[in-house]
Formats: sequence, C-alpha cells, structure tokens
Amino acid sequence: MANFVALLIAGLATGALYALVAVGFTLLWQTSQTINFAQGEFVMLPAFFMLAAMHAGLPFWAAILVGLALSVAILGFAFKRLLVDPMLRHGVLPLAIATMALSTFLKESVKTFYSAEASPFPSIAPDAYLHLFGLSVSWQNIVVLGVAIAAVVALQFLLQRTRTGRQMQAAAQNPTVARILGVPVERMILYTFLINGALVALASLLISPIYLAKFSNGDTLGLAAFIAAIVGGFNQIRGAIVGGLLLGIVDNLSAAYISTQYRGAIPLCLLIVIILFRPNGLLGRAEERTV
Amino acid sequence: MNGRLVSFGVALMASVFAEGALAQSSGTINLADVAELSGSGATVGTNWKNGIDLAVEEINAKGGVLGAKIVVTHADSQSNAGTAKAQAQKALDGEPYALLGPGYSGSVKVCAPLAAEAGIAEIMGGEAAELTKAGNKFVFRTSFGQQTSMPKIAKYIAETLKAKTAAVVWVNNDFGKGGHDTILKEFSARGVKVVADDSTEAGQADFAADALKVKDSNPDVVFIYLNEEESARILKELRKADVKAPLVGETTLIGQKVIELAGDAANGALGHVGLTTDAPVPAIKAFRDKFVAKYNYVPDHNGIKGYLAVYMIKAATEKMGKLDSKNLAAALHGLTITPDKEPGILMEVTIDENGDLDRQSFLGEVVNGKQAIKEVLPKLKN
Amino acid sequence: MSEAARTRLNYAGVAIALAFLILAPLEFHRYGIYILSQWAVMTIAAIGLNLTLGYAGQVSLAQGAFVGIGAYCAAILTTQGWPLIAAIALALVLCFVIGWLLGYPALRVQHHYLAFVTLAFSTLAFLVFRNESWLTNGTEGIDGVPRPTVLGLSTTPHLYYYYFCLFMLALVTLATLGLVRSPWGRAFIALRENPLRALSLGVDTRRYILMAFAIGSALGGLAGALYAPLVGLVEPPAFTLTLSLNLLMMVIVGGSGYFLGPFLGGLVAVLLPEWLRVVDNYYLILYALLVMGLLIYSPTGLIGIVDRFLVDRRTRAASAARAAASASIERP
Repeated sequence: MANFVALLIAGLATGALYALVAVGFTLLWQTSQTINFAQGEFVMLPAFFMLAAMHAGLPFWAAILVGLALSVAILGFAFKRLLVDPMLRHGVLPLAIATMALSTFLKESVKTFYSAEASPFPSIAPDAYLHLFGLSVSWQNIVVLGVAIAAVVALQFLLQRTRTGRQMQAAAQNPTVARILGVPVERMILYTFLINGALVALASLLISPIYLAKFSNGDTLGLAAFIAAIVGGFNQIRGAIVGGLLLGIVDNLSAAYISTQYRGAIPLCLLIVIILFRPNGLLGRAEERTV
Repeated sequence: MNGRLVSFGVALMASVFAEGALAQSSGTINLADVAELSGSGATVGTNWKNGIDLAVEEINAKGGVLGAKIVVTHADSQSNAGTAKAQAQKALDGEPYALLGPGYSGSVKVCAPLAAEAGIAEIMGGEAAELTKAGNKFVFRTSFGQQTSMPKIAKYIAETLKAKTAAVVWVNNDFGKGGHDTILKEFSARGVKVVADDSTEAGQADFAADALKVKDSNPDVVFIYLNEEESARILKELRKADVKAPLVGETTLIGQKVIELAGDAANGALGHVGLTTDAPVPAIKAFRDKFVAKYNYVPDHNGIKGYLAVYMIKAATEKMGKLDSKNLAAALHGLTITPDKEPGILMEVTIDENGDLDRQSFLGEVVNGKQAIKEVLPKLKN
Repeated sequence: MSEAARTRLNYAGVAIALAFLILAPLEFHRYGIYILSQWAVMTIAAIGLNLTLGYAGQVSLAQGAFVGIGAYCAAILTTQGWPLIAAIALALVLCFVIGWLLGYPALRVQHHYLAFVTLAFSTLAFLVFRNESWLTNGTEGIDGVPRPTVLGLSTTPHLYYYYFCLFMLALVTLATLGLVRSPWGRAFIALRENPLRALSLGVDTRRYILMAFAIGSALGGLAGALYAPLVGLVEPPAFTLTLSLNLLMMVIVGGSGYFLGPFLGGLVAVLLPEWLRVVDNYYLILYALLVMGLLIYSPTGLIGIVDRFLVDRRTRAASAARAAASASIERP
C-alpha cells in the first residue's frame, strides 16, 4: 500500500508536467487548429534561454524572467506570425508537418550551437524529502504539482472570469459568430499563442531540474503532451489536465505491476480502450466544426 | 505537367550524385568518420567526433604522421544502421586511409563487412561482445568489449562483496542489452541469483517504479547499467526509496557528470571504470584539460575513445614506417602501444588478434562527491 | 498547348525518368546506387501512405511500423533459408490483414483519434520487435539478411539489387495507377472529398476506408521486405515513430493526393539531406528550414508549386488569347 501511494504521488508529479504541456497544446488546437508537433521542443528551449542568460551573468530569477520573455516572444509571437499565419488557411496537415520540421530545427540548433550534452539546471525546489506517514516525497514533486495546479487554476480563472478570457473562448468555439459580435478573433488567437509561450517556459523551469536541460528532451515530452491532449478530449483544457495526470499515473503503475519492458505501450493501449468507448475523449465534447 | 515534374526530379537526383570521390593525395592521411551526430546517439557521436578532432589537431600541429597531415571528414549516421551503411559506403568509395566509427553496435555490424571488403581498417566505438567474434580482421575496438568488462564486475560482486543475490537495472537498447545479457551469464556462472531484472527506457525520467521494484526484491547488491543521465536519476530514486544494498555499475555509473547531477545520492556508488577522465593518470588529466579548453565541457568515455582511435592509427602507421592503408589492419593486430613512445595513447594498450583491447582498468567509488580509485585492475596479459 | 501535345510531353518525361533511373546508376559509385535503392524502397512505402492519406483521407502514424513488420518478415524467413518472394508474400498478406483490423477504429473514431490509435500501434510494434527476442532477436536485431537471387543472378552487388527494387517500384506504380483510375480509386476520392455525399450515393464507406488502410499498409510491408536485404540488418530503432513521421512528411511535402507526390517527397526526404551534407554540421538545420519554407510557400507540397506555375501560365496564355480575340473583333 505504501508503495502504491508512493507510485501514485510520483505519477501525479510526472503527470502534472505532462498536463502543463498538454494544456498549451490544447489551447493552440482550440483557437487555430494547430497541431504543434514541436510542443516538446518548445518546452526544451526556454531552459536554454535561461541558461544562456545565467552565463551572461544574470542571477537566476532574472534569467527566469528573460527566459519567459524570450519564450513568449519567440515561441508565442514569432511562431504564430512566421509559421502559423501563412499556413492557417491550408488545413491541419501541412501545418502539422511544418511543426515537425520546426521541431527538428529547434533540436538540431540547440545541439549544434549550444551543446549535445545535458546541462544541470538549478531547481526552484529544495533538494530534500518530506517525510509523511512513513513515506518520503521529494519537495521537487510537491513543488511541480503545486505550480502546475496553480498555473492551470490561474488559466481557468482567466478564461472563465475575465472579459478577454470569455472572448477567447468565444473565438475558439465559433469564430464566425464571435467576429459578428465584435470579438477581435485574430487578437484572441494571438493571445493563446502568447499564453502557450508562457506555459512552456513555466514547464521548462519545472522540468529541466529533473530531465536536465538537453536538446533531445522534447522527444518524450511532445509525445506525452499529444497523448494527454487526445485522451482528455483535445478541445478541453480540463481534459488535457486529466489526460496528463492519468498518463503519468498509469505509466508508473503499469511499470510497477504489469511490465517494464512494455511500459511505453500499456498506457497507450488502455487509453485506446477509453477512446473507443468515448470517441470524443474523456471530457471532450463532440467537435462542432469540421476540420 | 507530369513530364515537367519528372524532369525536375531527374535534375534533383543527378545533382546529388555529381560529386566524385575524394582523391587520396600522397601528402595527407584521409580518415573518414561515420558517427551518431544526430538522433538518439547524438551525445555519444558528438563526444566521439570531438575526441577525434582534438587528436587530429594535436598531431597535425606536431607535423603529422610520418610528415603527412591528417584530414578527417565526419558523416552523420543519424543513429540509424541503414544510414550508417550508406555513409560508410560513401566513405569507402572515397578510399580513405581508415574508417572511424560508428559507435552503435548495430551500425558497426552493417559497416564492418563493407570495410573488410574494401580492405580498410575500421576503428569503432561499439562495445557489444559479438562485434569482434565474427572473424572480421579489419574491426578494432577503442574500449573494452562487454565480454572483458563484465567478468571483472561479476567477480568483484561475487568475491569481494560476497553477494548472493542481485538486482539488475538496465537500459533496454543497443548499449544496455548486451551488458545485461553478459552480466546475467557471469552471475549464473558465479552463483549470484538475479532477484529483480528491471528493463528501463533510454531517456526515462521517472524511476519511482523501478526503485520500488529493486527495493522489494531486497537484493545483496544492485547492478546498474544505464547512461549517465538516467544513472543519476535512479541513484536519486534509490536513495529516496532507502535502498541500502551496494550500488555497482560500469564506467557510466560513477562518472563526474553523474556525481554532479545526482549530488549526495551518488556517494557510495561503485563502478568498474575502463576509460574515465577521472582516472589517476597524469596523461588523462592533461587530455581532459585540453578537451575542456577546446570544447568547454568534460567529455565522457566516448570522447576518449575517439581521441584514442586516431592515436591507434598513428602508432600503427609509424610502426609500418609508411602510409600503407592496406596493411594498417595487420599492423594493428598484436600491437602494444605504450605512453612513453606515444603519449597520445594515454595508457598502455595491447590490441589482440580479434581487434579487442587489453588495458589497465580501475575500480572506483564515489566518496564525498568525488570519484576515488579503490583498486587498479592490471592488464590481463603482460 | 494542345491536349495531345501535353500527353506526348508526359510520355517523354516518363521516358527520360526511366532512362535516367536505369542508365545513370551505371556511372554512380556504390554509395549513389545504395541511396537510389533507399529512395525506391521508401517511395513504395510512401505510395502506400498516399493511398491511405491522400486518396482516402485517413491520417496514419503507423506506416513505419508496417515497414518494420515487412522487414522482420523478410529477415526471419530469408535467414531460415526461405526465398525472398515468400517473405514478400507473407509481408503483403500480414500487413494487409493487420491494416484491415487497425482500420476498424478508423470507422469509429476520426481525425486525431485515428492518428492516436495508429500511434499507439506504432509504439506497440516497436516494443514487440525489441522485447520478443525469441522471434526478432531483440535489440541486437537480425543480422546477415541475404540478398535474393533473381533469375539465377545474385543481387549481392548493389547495382543488381537496385534494379530489383526499381522493378518492384515500377510494378507498384502500375498497380496503383490502375487502382486509382478504377472505380475503386474514384470511390476513395469521393470519400475524401465528401464522405456524406459518398455515403448518400451508395458508396459503402466502411469497406472503402478499411480497404484503403489495408492496401496502404500492405505496400508498407512490401517496402519493409525490400529494406531488409538492402541494409542487411533489421533492428528495432529503425522502425520507431520517427519513420512513420518521415513517411508522412514525404507524402505531404511531395503533394498528398497526387499520384507523383510520393516520388517527389521521397526525393526530398532521402536525397535532399544527402545533397545538403556539404554544409556538414548544419545540414539537418538547413533541411528543416527548407521543408518549412516549402510548406509556407506551397502548403500543397512540391506538386503545388508546379501546379501553380502551370495554372499561372495557362491563365496568362488564356488572357493573351482573349485579348487577341477581342482585338480582332474590334478591328473591323
């Protein structure tokens, strides 16, 4: 039982990271039908912005701010203007393939111009364990979980309780009607890209101390985010969170109790069963638009 | 429109193959390197490449080999055997003096027959046991094969630590599987029972399940065969799960990088170390300083392997007294290279008839965040 | 340009391409021949995916897994002494059946969920290749896959095996051409353009979707069966999701839904990186930039560029003709 709880907590912490990445993924899909295959690389990159800033002599907190700003500017604004906008009208697949190329570009650029080695990354959490009821839980896990939940709650608040947020939702759900009602749809779409830029920077900050900053980090993360988003329903932020947490937990439990050799596939197969019974995902609604 | 399209395709194709072979001019030694510069093995390949470049630069600065400058070209295998074969073929079509790499055992397997067919020596980075057992007279290692390193570890575990049971944690890929199979064989020969056999994925981040499995099996010793980053992660998780058994591994378990990443959790970990930048050998320390000065990071053993590959070629060529590509393999067989004659070789090494190496190695332990050498394991034959 | 002239031009283009594919390798180094063989093999897999994606409109992320299944069929059978043709037959049948079964979720779920199901299959296939050592020899892979003997001639030299692959590519091309132009193929297209309308016109959409999946997968298997003897080693990492994504990229970059798309996509995916290797370390960066640039410029792929160019010219020619005609009317 103690093992089970320990696995659950570790799975939740991993899952929270997946969820954070999946939320941004879902946002982009909702507002602009962008399937961002480079989402994993988007999480990999801000850590290197921060490392570079620290090499330039900035203290850690300032480096975080620089990383956040660069991330919003490049992975949010520039990504939308340079790659997404020109391709938006041409359907889902060409853009998805272009983001695949983008992921290669980002990965290879970091490898070539920064380093092929993993770099240690300072943690915002103390490197210690919390002992509770005979269990030891690392502070890192707790902080990751806490920050991820806080970020998602803040995002939900923004979307549900503010005027801009409601406009964003309107733009996502029915751009034509929203436009008629005077919602600046274009700007709302841009906002989601900026939010995604901020979310990936946050994820990068949480993940890099555990994964270490390395050019290839995006491979697993991007896939996990994609899976979490689909399982959660793809058009629901809450769904992405549940999908991410579920993936993290199922991954750990299946590795512990079923098979380590097949740990990569068991969660997927379980999730397929879910999808077959709920074709719109765990919390998804039926898609209102044809894609 | 189809006609135009097709001609466009033809033009594109033709342009690709327009380039000719690089001619072997007499004053230079052309080395062709095929390495994992992208894909899953990019870190391995980049270290290997950097090691080669450092050695070439050094040798050329000192006047080259027998007066000839070394020119090296690098090709990316994308960590894929099919691409490795294509690049090795391209390299061999250019008639190089010798072929360097690749590092992945699968890639070595497809490239080695090509090298043998061309009569060109291939100095590679693979560690799988079977690579030198196929009777190929042109393949040479730059490190111990797993058939050399694993018995040393198993012996230490069975005789010094007197362990009766062991948990084995390994990475299920080209690198880890061979080590896993060899150590299991050695364990059963020495009566050590494997109580947990835990397969992990390359790049795995969450080792909570693995650590609990090891803990539940309650072994006398834990054998860990993972890459550096994953080693650091499991060390942390094992400490968290409060596993008390000694943790034993290979070169990758107790490297400086693992210590840096795992912090206190690395203390007490033991390892057999074939090639390490932490070895108590002045020449290796000097190498490390040169490498860090040039590339701004501390190399892993693959960096040393690439460096040594070039010096092995240099030593064999100087033994022949002429640039004779066809007889390079023969000159390498049975060659003993000593650091007082060839400082670049770092440690005395003997190359046997199969292309395997015999060299001193070390048993190290992490003490207070530093790798300390507990024991020097001598060469098998002197 | 008259219709007849255009047809003549088409034939001339095909003849030039064939002549090039047959004659040019005689001048190539072994490396060039090997790369061309890779192109032929991967093009077969891409043609299959183009059927599934381009014609039937179903996104599959499992084509790489089918190539893997085909490759393992060939490796296992031929190292046991069976002829390659038996392995090819098995690969075709096996992949057809698995493709058919995998198509079932496609009936229930759509778009990204289908992508997910195929993605899961792709992951599972890789793990089976890696873990079931009794069958696949695990991570070490199956080494020494022999080249076949065709018409009493050993194809061990790269050149002969290349001609074998080229022959298979030609067969696949003709068969696919026949399929696309048959009522079946038209039904596929009807399906992609408007599933509802196709359904109301009495097209049995279920069967066609399954069929498109199965045939596309079988071609992936065929490509795999040819890949194994080409490389000589079959190991799990060659058939990860990366391969599926690369094949998808080939189809999209070439021009999804166009018959010649996969051929051009194959050129871009297999030959362009080789061509870019002159820039050394930066070749993948440059490659990625070129692919992005191409897709931004022409989201319908390479074919789209040519198409646009031709349409442009035709419009210009037409307006010139109109101008000339109106001028002649105005002139008394």
